[in-house]
Amino acid sequence: MKNSFWRNLSTHGILILGTIFMSAPVWVAFMSSTHSADTIFREGLQYWFGGHFFETYTEVLFIEGGVMKKVTALEMLGNSMILGLGFSIGKVVISMTAAYAIVYFRFRLATPLFWIIFLTLLLPLEVRIVPSYEVVAGLGLLNTHTGLILPLIASATGTFFFRQYFKSVPEELLEAARLDNAGPMRFLIDVLVPLSKTMVAAIMIIMFVVGWNQYLWPLMMTTEENSYTIVIGIKQIYQVLSEGGELPQFQKAFALTILAVLPPVLVVLVFQSWFVKGLVESEK
Amino acid sequence: MSTLTLSGINKRYDNGAHAVRGVDMEISDGELIVFVGPSGCGKSTLLRMVAGLETITEGEMKIDDLRINETSPADRDVAMVFQNYALYPHMTVFRNMAYGLSNRGMAKSEIEAKVRETAKMLRIEDYLERKPAQLSGGQRQRVAMGRAIVRSPKLFLFDEPLSNLDAKLRVQMRIEIKRLQRELGVTSIYVTHDQTEAMTLADRLAVINEGKVEQMGSPMDLYSDPKTLFVASFIGSPHINLLPARFETGQLQVGTTAISGFEGLPEGVPLMLGIRPEHIAQHPDGGIEISVDLVEQLGADSLIYGAVSGFDSAEPEELCVRAGEALQLTPGERIKLNFEVDRAMVFRTDSGERLV
Repeated sequence: MKNSFWRNLSTHGILILGTIFMSAPVWVAFMSSTHSADTIFREGLQYWFGGHFFETYTEVLFIEGGVMKKVTALEMLGNSMILGLGFSIGKVVISMTAAYAIVYFRFRLATPLFWIIFLTLLLPLEVRIVPSYEVVAGLGLLNTHTGLILPLIASATGTFFFRQYFKSVPEELLEAARLDNAGPMRFLIDVLVPLSKTMVAAIMIIMFVVGWNQYLWPLMMTTEENSYTIVIGIKQIYQVLSEGGELPQFQKAFALTILAVLPPVLVVLVFQSWFVKGLVESEK
Repeated sequence: MSTLTLSGINKRYDNGAHAVRGVDMEISDGELIVFVGPSGCGKSTLLRMVAGLETITEGEMKIDDLRINETSPADRDVAMVFQNYALYPHMTVFRNMAYGLSNRGMAKSEIEAKVRETAKMLRIEDYLERKPAQLSGGQRQRVAMGRAIVRSPKLFLFDEPLSNLDAKLRVQMRIEIKRLQRELGVTSIYVTHDQTEAMTLADRLAVINEGKVEQMGSPMDLYSDPKTLFVASFIGSPHINLLPARFETGQLQVGTTAISGFEGLPEGVPLMLGIRPEHIAQHPDGGIEISVDLVEQLGADSLIYGAVSGFDSAEPEELCVRAGEALQLTPGERIKLNFEVDRAMVFRTDSGERLV
């Protein structure tokens, strides 16, 4: 009895410490964002609510800021949302169709081709960023949503997950569908997509967060403030802070950070049951 | 209402395996044909070739005198019941049954009517809105059959449909399949490795071994008049008794026992004497003696197993006798047996050919 009490205490202690460790910076950022610029400048980081919550957040959300004072946080959130959604939907569609072709159309070289796709894991965007930039610039897609999303959309991991999943779908389902006069497209849409919907949800959630948090590529790609994502916006606002001669607007930077964290957190919180389902169970 | 003709059907896989070797077969309208054989004998491959799920390497296949070798599975108008049912797990029972119909462009109202009618016939109308995962094995089996029946195809193909059910349900479904097939009068092929299932279901039975049809005929024909050793040993439960023998000086030599009554058998060739368990009876002057090992009481009759005297005790030959309930024996007892010579069969061991 005593033993288990101490064990509970220590495990919970560790968990609580970990939670505090992880969330403390977010807390500090949020609290500081509710204070005025000169409070932070004079007293440093804040640990409790200040009185400037509405003031700061309405200003950040609706009044143009940035270097050229041309973009609001709301617009940047919109850009991020487009990037996140385009990134995740695109990845799911592309990797699902690629896996479908590899698993079901048994064309020659399907397996070597799959491993070539898999090899692209060794070539993340950071490695091929200069040629990618060349291509996108050549196509005239700088500062567009298409240019932002397209080079990131192919996914070896996604293809791999879908391939493994499709391989586990019993062969007889395909045969039954063939006897039921379902062509390849029908089979994909009527059988495979509904079967893998939890899997799709899980991949979409992960990819949305990854897409939302993209940093390097949007930084290279976007030169006009109108196409900044929120992550780039944060980077820009801190740059202004360190350069500007006026009073540093730390509260705005913190507010922007909090705003940037919010959507991915909401997505994960809302969809986490699907997410777990997709990774743990399958309906076959 | 259709006939199916197979002529010279062969299947070779890319890796060189020769799964089906020259099958000729004529299946008439409304017949229920059972393909039976050990696993890996090519019976499922043959069925899948009829369905169009496997290509035909050689030979010709016709439904109603129309060549179907190149016809896609959907256009052959055949319906298949799979071993693991292959129901679409995300669709309701209704959708499972309606899917093939709506893919063929049938009107909604007509689909609704056909599905309900079929569901009623199979007594699954209460489950139409359920998903397959919420059904028991027997119910899933019915849905799988319903999916085939609802399409009113030219051919039903059953690929070991009962092997996932428990013994009691299997017997029940077997009867039901037979009844439905009679009622609907649809030409059907049924694949199984279970000889009891084969015997009870078939109008005609094709025993398949190593890709070849060993013999085809009515269940009773195959039972009483097998053409090969394989057919004789495969059909019948309990199995036919097979004793190695030789023909010497006008008598059949089984172990140390000489049995007269056989004529014109080749000498010096290893032979196999086959006697069905029910054709052996206890007889005080019987030529064959066994020492009883085991008695299985089945109620109406009992099965007596024992080692035949006159064989090397290192390689004993076991004999099974079906006896009436009157015969009560205990293990270790020795009894003399006689068998009906004119109902016994003799096979060549090397080729499996039947001689008598």
